Amino acid sequence: MKLDRRKFLNTLLSLSGVGGVLAVFYPILSFLNPPKSAEPEVNSIKAGLNNEFQANSSKIIKFGRTPVILIKTEDNQYKALSAGCTHLDCIVQYKKDTKQILCACHNGIYDLNGRNVSGPPPRPLEQYDVKVINEEIVITKLG
Amino acid sequence: MKKNYGSKLVTWIDDRFDLTPVRNLLLHKKVPEHRHSVWYYMGGVTLFLFLVQLLTGILLLLYYRPGEDSAYESVRFIVTEVKFGWLIRNVHSWSANLLVLFAFIHMFSVFFSKAYEKPRELTWVTGFITLVFTLAFGFSGYLLPWNELAFFATKVGTDIVGVLPVIGEPLRTFLRGGEDVTGATLSRFFGIHVAILPAIFTVFLGLHLLFIKRQGMHEPESFKKLPEEKKKYIPFFPDFALKDLMLWVIVFNILIFLSLYFPWELGNKADALASAPQGIKPEWYFMFMFQSLKLLPAHVIFIEGELLGVLFFGAAGLIWMLVPFIKVKHKPNWKVQPLVLIGILAVAFIVILTILGYIL
Repeated sequence: MKLDRRKFLNTLLSLSGVGGVLAVFYPILSFLNPPKSAEPEVNSIKAGLNNEFQANSSKIIKFGRTPVILIKTEDNQYKALSAGCTHLDCIVQYKKDTKQILCACHNGIYDLNGRNVSGPPPRPLEQYDVKVINEEIVITKLG
Repeated sequence: MKKNYGSKLVTWIDDRFDLTPVRNLLLHKKVPEHRHSVWYYMGGVTLFLFLVQLLTGILLLLYYRPGEDSAYESVRFIVTEVKFGWLIRNVHSWSANLLVLFAFIHMFSVFFSKAYEKPRELTWVTGFITLVFTLAFGFSGYLLPWNELAFFATKVGTDIVGVLPVIGEPLRTFLRGGEDVTGATLSRFFGIHVAILPAIFTVFLGLHLLFIKRQGMHEPESFKKLPEEKKKYIPFFPDFALKDLMLWVIVFNILIFLSLYFPWELGNKADALASAPQGIKPEWYFMFMFQSLKLLPAHVIFIEGELLGVLFFGAAGLIWMLVPFIKVKHKPNWKVQPLVLIGILAVAFIVILTILGYIL
């Protein structure tokens, strides 16, 4: 196939045109993609004083960017679990009467070890380690 | 095959909406070609820069958060963290400045070629209104990064409004959203900048473009006098459109060059309790007004100097807008006609006072 001058110049022009368009759209598309926030990775947090936390109650704590539910059982045991339901990420709650964890969005139920017992949740809640050091509750990531 | 689908689609639409006007525009519209035709492209460049503003403005909206505690921080986030955020912000700022510049060039070229004369009076009026709103865009956008310079420039700018009799005080309170420039002003300016102005602006710009499409390009006197066979025209499509496009590409490259090599500073965060830093100045396109007000004495006879200045600019703007309706007798023995003289004086006034503003 003979490449004549017109065809050659047209190809060259189209290529530079495509390059120009890419040079405009690449920054725009990159701009649309939000940067990851530089929040430091959290490995352990303090969650208040042991004696101020009543038995058979719970609270939601921020662990870095993820919410964690801290539960003190009736026999004064601590449980810490990720509070985002594994179904559709609603925040779960502790039911004092049934001693279970409930996600009210779609009635997902977990036991106190985070195992998904009934309802739609596909996976158990992630467990965290809880220690009481000098009367202070410390939650640490496992593993 | 591909062509077949394309023409089928066109026929489908044509059957329903009658594309004759579009076809006429593409096939038959002609643009006069003469030694002043370069000025025909200035409006197009202004339109292009407006489109750049629209696109980059929408992009900035994705990350900008108005508010005393977040505006400055979010702009800093845009220019430091977001990929190409610095580029988008610089293009938005530079394009705003070039837009005003080209709008002024466009306006004066129309003025001196007398293109505002019958039947294009309303094209001129809508164009002038669009320019006023462009300046309002500039003024309101300047505050949004919530830095020191913008904070005090807005204080001064809104304070000037307050010198007007009767409506001055309420108008200032309205603009500031209170007695002083605060977070409330920022919220207000943000709303004005991204919602109110775009809505009004679109209407006037739409009318302006519609009028031009309906009436075609203005032919200057020297061109009209030519015998028919000497009048040269080029087709609007593709010749004129391609030339337009080429100029847009050139302006776009200038815009990118300026954004890369002359980035806009963010400066320090605005602090209402800090004293004003040195060198508070408005954007260059307000400089001539700012400088005139500074040069006026505190009192001229019994009127406050500032009030006189504001009234003068208000009246001058109004007259300028109504220029197509003002009949001035042609003076056969004058070398320069009165209106042209006024135009030259206006340009000279703006240029000289702008320069004075930067060197004094």
